[in-house]
Amino acid sequence: MIDVAVVAFAQRQEAAISGESEVEFMVPLMEQAKAAVGLTQSDMGFTCSGSSDFLAGQAFSFVMTIDGTGPVPPISESHVEQDGAWALYEAWVKIQCGGIDTAFVYGYGKSSPGSLRDVLATQMDPYYVCPLWPDSYAVEALAARLMLEGGHVSEHRLAEIAARSRASAASNPHAVRTESKSVAEILAEDYAVDPLRPSDLPAEADGGCAVVLAAGDRARELCERPAWIRGMDHRSDAHTLGVRDLTSSASARLAAHYAAAAGDKVDLAELHGPFTTSEHLLIEALGLDEDSTAINPSGGALAAHTMMASGLIRIGEAASRIWRGDGDRAVAHATSGPCLQQNLVCVLEGD
Amino acid sequence: MSSEVLQAPLVLEYPFTRSTGPVIGAFLTGLREGLICGIRRADGTVLCPPQEYDPLTAEPLTELVEVGQTGEVLTWAWNGDPRPMQPFDRPFAWVLVRLDGADTPMLHAVFAASAAEMSTGMRVRVVWRAEREGHIADIAGFEPVRARKTA
Amino acid sequence: MSVDRAEARDPLAAPAALAAPVTLPPALAGAEPVESVCTPIRMTYTYTPGRALSRYLRAMADKRILGERCPATGQVFVPPRGVSPLAGTAISEVVELPDTGYVDSFNITRVPIERRPDLKPPYCSAWIVLDGASAGFLGLVINIAPEEVRIGMRLRAVWKPAEELETSAANILGWAPTGEPDEVITDYERIGRIEADPT
Repeated sequence: MIDVAVVAFAQRQEAAISGESEVEFMVPLMEQAKAAVGLTQSDMGFTCSGSSDFLAGQAFSFVMTIDGTGPVPPISESHVEQDGAWALYEAWVKIQCGGIDTAFVYGYGKSSPGSLRDVLATQMDPYYVCPLWPDSYAVEALAARLMLEGGHVSEHRLAEIAARSRASAASNPHAVRTESKSVAEILAEDYAVDPLRPSDLPAEADGGCAVVLAAGDRARELCERPAWIRGMDHRSDAHTLGVRDLTSSASARLAAHYAAAAGDKVDLAELHGPFTTSEHLLIEALGLDEDSTAINPSGGALAAHTMMASGLIRIGEAASRIWRGDGDRAVAHATSGPCLQQNLVCVLEGD
Repeated sequence: MSSEVLQAPLVLEYPFTRSTGPVIGAFLTGLREGLICGIRRADGTVLCPPQEYDPLTAEPLTELVEVGQTGEVLTWAWNGDPRPMQPFDRPFAWVLVRLDGADTPMLHAVFAASAAEMSTGMRVRVVWRAEREGHIADIAGFEPVRARKTA
Repeated sequence: MSVDRAEARDPLAAPAALAAPVTLPPALAGAEPVESVCTPIRMTYTYTPGRALSRYLRAMADKRILGERCPATGQVFVPPRGVSPLAGTAISEVVELPDTGYVDSFNITRVPIERRPDLKPPYCSAWIVLDGASAGFLGLVINIAPEEVRIGMRLRAVWKPAEELETSAANILGWAPTGEPDEVITDYERIGRIEADPT
């Protein structure tokens, strides 16, 4: 196995970036991440991105964003219709294949032109479910009631998760939901989609992020304290909602197992839980101990949910804290699909 | 020069006509005829709506069976703000409903006046659309089955 | 272990799993089977074009065409995207271009497009290089029979009447021949086809 580390990260998230196109707001982020380690596009052994045309209703938008990398001379490149964390996984595998020691990864989404919760209905079964257009909040609310009435979680616990996210987000300049609220204030909110309250829902954002990966000695040259990827795995549950146990996440548990997330003390975890219910399930599935692990010190996806970038941002947030010495071992997680259908777990360590 | 952001309405439409294959086709044929089919799995349980392959074992499934038109609400979510294209234009409940004779639930909608009428475990019955064409929306939705008062 | 070719499965045959026929409940016996279903997807957006295209569209309302110059290579691109597609750098230098240029390439479409009843076949779409631009962009060639269009032909934009102008690229109804002598295309390197070759 080749040692690969996250050595640079840049992000931007705002409630709506209406004045700029995707490529216009991504180019400065791409430049920022490369400049942080003194690299240019021609230094990159591989480039991979994650995005979805459905978000802004702009067909083949990812092709236009490739222009932002400066693909001259032609670059080795790939794209996933997934969160950028899966693009990072592909880049990591590409480095494992040998022959390159750097990779550039980015993910972005501009959901504000449409209604994201409705657009996400199109990821459901196209014969039986999508034609009814259940929005993503409604589908999560069905899982939430199973969890609440089955005794898997309490409304109080969900409110605690929401309150913690808001408190942590206060010191994150990229978070969009930073207003502090107590558990009691959250429990007093009217339901948005009963049984979920507004604070249980993700704070939708536009934005993106860019990451540089480097292998072995190259990583040590570029970064004082590289965030080494010690384990990474991703797993998927069945697509058919009716056969899944929505009160737990089997795929997150398995991905964590194969990434060896529980092998040692975890100083911090950045979890891509768009809903309080998903964050709760992830803490369980990854076997995290909230007394010894700082959960979502950035505020997590509840505080800023940028579709197609939030998972990669979790990896960047975790890596940044390793660079700074805020922790020695971190777990980052990304999800995709309804009710935590797909999950990726990445374990990062400093030397 | 104005710095106001230019914007324009944009509608993205895909007029998909999908091939159904024999299993989904049989389910939709059933809806058109006013009945609901599931499909039997190797362990004898019935998956409804039916899939061509067992989602857990990937075994091919072929034995379509009729299931009931009443069932039990396993979970529900109140949709106080119906959105365009959804089954009703007034507030309703999304449900996972397990029909009698089936072992897995399907996602659909329940007509109810308010969330107060909804509860997990409640019994519901299919409401058919008058004009049916072989589409999941041939089921207009479900309505609560009122418990009969006994003397 | 050897494989008996005669026993190898025909690669074109349906997989065995699909070959098994389904059995229907008695109530469906004889019913005309549904074989397809119409499940249209419709999503509504409020599209925002971004900084460079907004500037371009506002200028369109004044019958002006704006491009952008790449700071690294000096090349001029229209329509502008706010980024150099060659250098990958943000562009801020705006260049005003004339509404004249020449046909770099063209095609003739002879089949109708369902949702564009205004486009009556046969019609000619051309890749048009504006005077001063480094790359072409797409336009309709009008006021001429499509068969008479040729590479190098000089064109000028035909604009909508002043009272109909909007912040829209649709302000240009098409491009009409100017009657000037054809452009002699000798500079095939103009689009920066691309000298940077690492080999």
